[in-house]
Amino acid sequence: MRTRVFLLLLIAVAIAVFFATRWVNNDYVFFAGYTVLQFVVLATAWNILGGYTGYVNFGSAAFFALGAYSTVFLHKLYPLPIPLLIVIGGGVSGIVGLGMGYLTLRLRGAFFAIATLALAVVLQTLIVNWDYVGGSRGAYIIRPNEIALIGPYIQYLFLLMLALAVIALTIARGIERSQLGYGFATIRDDELAAEASGVPTLRLKLIATTLSGALMGMAGAPFPYYIGYLQPSSAFGLEYAVNSIAMPMIGGTTSWVGPLIGAILLGSLQQIATVTISSAVNLLIVGLLLVAFVIIAPNGIVGLVQGWIRRTK
Amino acid sequence: MGRGKQVELSFDLLINAVIAGILLGGFYTAVTLGVSISFGILDIVNIAHPAFIILGSYIAYIVNARLGIDPIAVSILMLPVFYLLGAGVYQVYYESFERRGQESLRGLSFFFGLLFVTEVMLILVFGVDYRYVEAPYIGPSWRLGVMDFPLRMLVPCIAALALFAALELYLSYTFIGRAIKAVAQDQLALRLMGASPVRIKRIAFGISIATAAVAGALLIIIQPVEPSVGREYIGRVFAICVLGGLGSLPGTVIGAMLLGILESFTATFYGPSWAPAVAFGVLLLTLAFRPAGLLGR
Repeated sequence: MRTRVFLLLLIAVAIAVFFATRWVNNDYVFFAGYTVLQFVVLATAWNILGGYTGYVNFGSAAFFALGAYSTVFLHKLYPLPIPLLIVIGGGVSGIVGLGMGYLTLRLRGAFFAIATLALAVVLQTLIVNWDYVGGSRGAYIIRPNEIALIGPYIQYLFLLMLALAVIALTIARGIERSQLGYGFATIRDDELAAEASGVPTLRLKLIATTLSGALMGMAGAPFPYYIGYLQPSSAFGLEYAVNSIAMPMIGGTTSWVGPLIGAILLGSLQQIATVTISSAVNLLIVGLLLVAFVIIAPNGIVGLVQGWIRRTK
Repeated sequence: MGRGKQVELSFDLLINAVIAGILLGGFYTAVTLGVSISFGILDIVNIAHPAFIILGSYIAYIVNARLGIDPIAVSILMLPVFYLLGAGVYQVYYESFERRGQESLRGLSFFFGLLFVTEVMLILVFGVDYRYVEAPYIGPSWRLGVMDFPLRMLVPCIAALALFAALELYLSYTFIGRAIKAVAQDQLALRLMGASPVRIKRIAFGISIATAAVAGALLIIIQPVEPSVGREYIGRVFAICVLGGLGSLPGTVIGAMLLGILESFTATFYGPSWAPAVAFGVLLLTLAFRPAGLLGR
């Protein structure tokens, strides 16, 4: 299937999802749906670097928070429309990703992973000490109740996140089928051999880091409007770091379908578990699932299904 | 007159910042030694190490609160338990990832999952309240002229240096110790010498986790502990490891002291809330300019 056809198909699905949700006509569904879609974007973004090139990013929360705090910063200066904020948030996170990648990706992969882990702690320190964006107290963003054409504001945010999910999935699938994707795969399989055969590995890794970081920042940019009151602890929440790794790992890292399945499954499960049990227990479940899947089913749900199909044939 | 007083005061401040930094660095040595072995020598990127340290802190806390036993004594009693825990974790890691050559993506995610699961379990059991221990050396302080040596910092520093000395002697003078060093250099040669690399790595990883028991007890002597404190140590531990040079225990001591002094200066002159950023800066600068570290191979 050509990328353009795929994009049109995804848009059709997205429109169907939007009208189905509107037909249910319950605000909670929009709030829950927004969170699940946000995880679709984060998981897909993580997988562009982690799944395709094999470099692990533990700092998803940092990139997400960068997007969210760019919005807070700009909101205080001058209120801009959210789509523009998404572009800016993505830009900021992309640049930080590029810079970090440039410093650490020339070395062994482990250093990049460690640096991303530390990045989250440091950025949180910076934000906590920066009074302009609210410091440790947090910042209020007052969200309008209604917006022209669409109606309730939460529906507008939901629609934006739906669009972001469509963009992220199209990019991920596009990469898989392009020369870029083959380049990424050579890095994942044998970086030394790739380098020796003339694959520009550093440049490819930097492209992946920048793209992945930018998409995470884009997912974070509308977040202050969604939550209304942004604290460092909610923007840098553990759930972002762990979910954006667990979802692709559980779904399957080799194609765009894996993160999508993982995000929808785990995201919905958590929406239900948070309401019925507690948020700490549901994070524990995600962590245990992650450990279990990497040990028992290294190729995730997609791998399990592929194995099952092969066996029944 | 007033000016002289000011100079004197800032000199006091300076010398005490250096002392505090060295004592803190001593403690950081204990925290990092385990990672120096696992990451530096065995090439296992155990990012879950801080979680084991926090586990050590909570065990020291429980025993201290129930039975009133000294936290350092508790940690020494816990050494075999942590050793077995480490050996078990290595066995799982080896079977699931190392043997299949999947260390980089899945192995790292495995340790990340361990880190995360341990933290969330501690939160579920103990909540997010800060816990602390009681011991006679928490509180009093030795004074030498203008110099101030809080025992709360001095005792962990000495214990950490003793741990370092014991490990360095073990690695340099025993057969298994030297085999552990050899694992990093040439596994085939090691096999020809009649030692199984997997067994040696299991022992070494067990030792590395055992040090976390001691580091955890020292941590809870120095400061009250809650489950997420461990995350602050990930950046520090790896920054020290890289700065000192991978696989070099003396390098680890030097790196730890340097970071301790830098953080102490930052805390004294800019405020303690900036201290966590120092380690990250050190890590990035070392990786950018001298990735082999100070005493690196």
